Amino acid sequence: MSDAATEPDKITGATPDRADNGPVLSADGTPLKRSLNRALRAQKIRALALIAPLLLFVLVSFIAPIGDMLFRSVENQIVRDTMPRTVEALADYDAAAGGVPRDEVFEAAYYDVFFAAERKDHTRLGSRLNYEQTGASSLFRKSGRGIDDIGEVYQDQFEDLNGDWDEARPWAELMGDPDWIAEQEGWDGDGRMPAFELRSEIAEILPRTAETYSIFARFMQREEGDSPLEEEPWSVVHTALYQDLAAGDVSSYSGPRADMLRAADELVASPDFKTISFRDGFEEIDEDWVAPEIWQTIKTYSPAYTSGYFLNSIDMQKTPEGPALRDEDERIYGLLFQRTMFMSLVITLSCILLGYPIAYLLSNLPSSKANLLMILVLLPFWTSLLVRTSAWKVMLQQQGVINDTLVWLGLVADDARLTMINNQFGTIVAMTHILLPFMILPMYSVMSTIPPSYVRAAKSLGATNWTTFWRVYFPQSVPGIGAGSILVFILSIGYYITPEIVGGTSGIFISNRIAYHISSSLNWGLAAALGTILLVVVLVLYWAYDRIVGIDNVKLGG
Amino acid sequence: MPDTSNSDAFVEFERVQKSYDGVQLVVKDLNLTMPKGEFLTMLGPSGSGKTTCLMMLAGFETATYGDIRLDGKPINNIPPHKRGIGMVFQNYALFPHMTIAENLSFPLEVRKIGKSDREAKVKRALDMVEMGAFGGRRPAQLSGGQQQRIALARALVFEPELVLMDEPLGALDKQLREKMQFEITHLAHRLGITVVYVTHDQTEALTMSDRVAVFDDGRIQQLAPPDELYEKPQNSFVAQFIGENNTLEGTIREIKGDRCVVQLDDGELIDAKPVNVSKVGERTRVSIRPERVEINKDRLQEGAHTLKAEVLEFIYMGDIFRTRLKVAGNDEFVIKTRNAPDQVRLEPGTQIEIGWLPDDCRALDASSK
Repeated sequence: MSDAATEPDKITGATPDRADNGPVLSADGTPLKRSLNRALRAQKIRALALIAPLLLFVLVSFIAPIGDMLFRSVENQIVRDTMPRTVEALADYDAAAGGVPRDEVFEAAYYDVFFAAERKDHTRLGSRLNYEQTGASSLFRKSGRGIDDIGEVYQDQFEDLNGDWDEARPWAELMGDPDWIAEQEGWDGDGRMPAFELRSEIAEILPRTAETYSIFARFMQREEGDSPLEEEPWSVVHTALYQDLAAGDVSSYSGPRADMLRAADELVASPDFKTISFRDGFEEIDEDWVAPEIWQTIKTYSPAYTSGYFLNSIDMQKTPEGPALRDEDERIYGLLFQRTMFMSLVITLSCILLGYPIAYLLSNLPSSKANLLMILVLLPFWTSLLVRTSAWKVMLQQQGVINDTLVWLGLVADDARLTMINNQFGTIVAMTHILLPFMILPMYSVMSTIPPSYVRAAKSLGATNWTTFWRVYFPQSVPGIGAGSILVFILSIGYYITPEIVGGTSGIFISNRIAYHISSSLNWGLAAALGTILLVVVLVLYWAYDRIVGIDNVKLGG
Repeated sequence: MPDTSNSDAFVEFERVQKSYDGVQLVVKDLNLTMPKGEFLTMLGPSGSGKTTCLMMLAGFETATYGDIRLDGKPINNIPPHKRGIGMVFQNYALFPHMTIAENLSFPLEVRKIGKSDREAKVKRALDMVEMGAFGGRRPAQLSGGQQQRIALARALVFEPELVLMDEPLGALDKQLREKMQFEITHLAHRLGITVVYVTHDQTEALTMSDRVAVFDDGRIQQLAPPDELYEKPQNSFVAQFIGENNTLEGTIREIKGDRCVVQLDDGELIDAKPVNVSKVGERTRVSIRPERVEINKDRLQEGAHTLKAEVLEFIYMGDIFRTRLKVAGNDEFVIKTRNAPDQVRLEPGTQIEIGWLPDDCRALDASSK
């Protein structure tokens, strides 16, 4: 016996024409697939147009920030960008062996720190390195102030030789292209300044000086809006000049200010000329510069991308020997992740236990009463989150309503009031209350689709009330529990405001730490890494849920 | 309490009343006895109280007043799961999270029947409805008719003596429904079970049942075997509700034994059989089945009253002809004639004379409501 419904449909009428063994063709001979696509195209375009605003919004406000966050958690350009010469010079430095690097590294660091100090970038780099090594921030700040001392040794001597060495114009004539000088003189103060150009042969005779002077001139033009013809150069240019004169020969030079340059060359060659090694200069600024730690840190964080933030997030750190666990008393994030998981789980379970009976009642009451109850369930949504959380503070604190009542009833001694706030208990209570509607609503919408006839059928088949509930009703309400649990768990795992207010120190979540790094310590990389781990954890849990329960078993309604 | 029940009564309703809101009675004074093995159908329009009766029998509703007895024992206070009554629901109510075999095994499990016994019974029940190969499937993978069979098998697998069916075929298409009607009746007779079947489909009621209880307004209007119900309706509600029927309004002029003369409202006189009219001068509504109207004067009794009629419409329906007439001011008067070689086809506009045997023309109450 078989029903009509199980019999294969009988095909009546003409079947579509077929080209020999080819695809099915439509009436005009084009493949059926293509004409179908054409017919559906307008529909598809319309559908796309309808979702386009939301798609764009989600892309801009959701996908892009997440992408940016993921990128920030590994991005580490700042060391490389701020100290390019130093990073290059440190290439063969063996961080694991330790020790103070070669003098060339100090030379490179001198130029890098000098320019960074002029651009005010050195403090940013200091803050960045301070995340990895305490004291780096003040070291860089100090160096920014003291770095001039090295150059001034040379600047003073050149100046004593000839006052022109501290004048803007002679330097410009020595270094600048005559055409540029003419243009710069003719510039009337409107629009863009003519960009500085080096004189053609000067870079070969004085390579370091040419480079540093160009940096100086362009910085003046772009950042300060001042003409290099009127600004005396930085002391770093004098240092470069000294290095060039000590290393090379300027006798062949015959351009402008040749006499002045030759006199300087003679001065440098004379035994009276005072010099200072870069290493000593740095040592004079701060002795930390001749200790290996700062160099190890710079070397370790010199690549453009780093796993450092992620290692930090799991209580590890990058050391010259590779990743290593932090000291016991410095570990915090592992504990926070565990606590966040555990408390979210407890909150989800409490929501299930409290929400299930309400959802059951809601779905079985006549609609007029169910509506009233639904309003009560939704009431918290109409109250500000902050108000609700603060209300819990009033309720739970030691001089609060609950403690007062218990003391009044004599259940609790006045000097032994219960601590229910600023700890895990407070966070769990407040968050369960706040997230409860998110559990009840999906449960209710699933339960209201379970026809009463299932329960009746089970009873008519001989099942007791308990068996009916457990074997027939409950399994059908599981999708609602699943949907509610996912919703509540994922919401609570990233919850921030409530733990912040009622959590104290023992009840805070990982998200509070992320917020701290975003707004207080400004360690955005670490915040991004923590956020990324949180995101991955949620996705893994979602995947695990799909494997164990099946995501088809999640229903938010219908 | 003295045992007043009939000795062979299996299901008994005695003076049962039911009210949901304390204002209106949904079931008014229901009395019903059923012997074992009977197939009884509760038929009636929606809101007539038939489903409420079934739910009271199953135990999902409690009677406001009166006794319900099963096999002589009052069951008013027995919870549904202890009544041991099989039930088939309109939407089948197969548990979607269990396979077919698990569904069937459920009533056996809650009765703590051993595993091997359970498997044997499930297999036998599935074979009984010829669904033996479907044990591993889920309800959603079956067609409506297949689900219907499984629901039937599940209601029978724990061998109840009484099975209730609440419009079980309502969701099926016509062809399948007719097929299932036969299957259910054959199965019920083969197993010797007692069935209470609720439907609002009169054809279903007539073809399947041993007896039909026609419900209206919370009362049983008539309880009779199908042929009696059709041919001898006891009041005008039953006459209207079962099958097609012509009615004419009039007043009783004369009653003589099982014959009476009715004067129709336009003055014509006709012969009828008095059913629930008692005295001359009473208003009545006479009812004649369309196929019992005679258009051939020769076949009528000597001296029988006839009526003039005008043919309004002739409809060819294949096996029969359906002709609409205007009779005594009623232009919805329908007659049915068999499509036979000698049968005349009445042309619209012609004037004819119609008559009937007095036994087929039943004088009923003017209005049952």
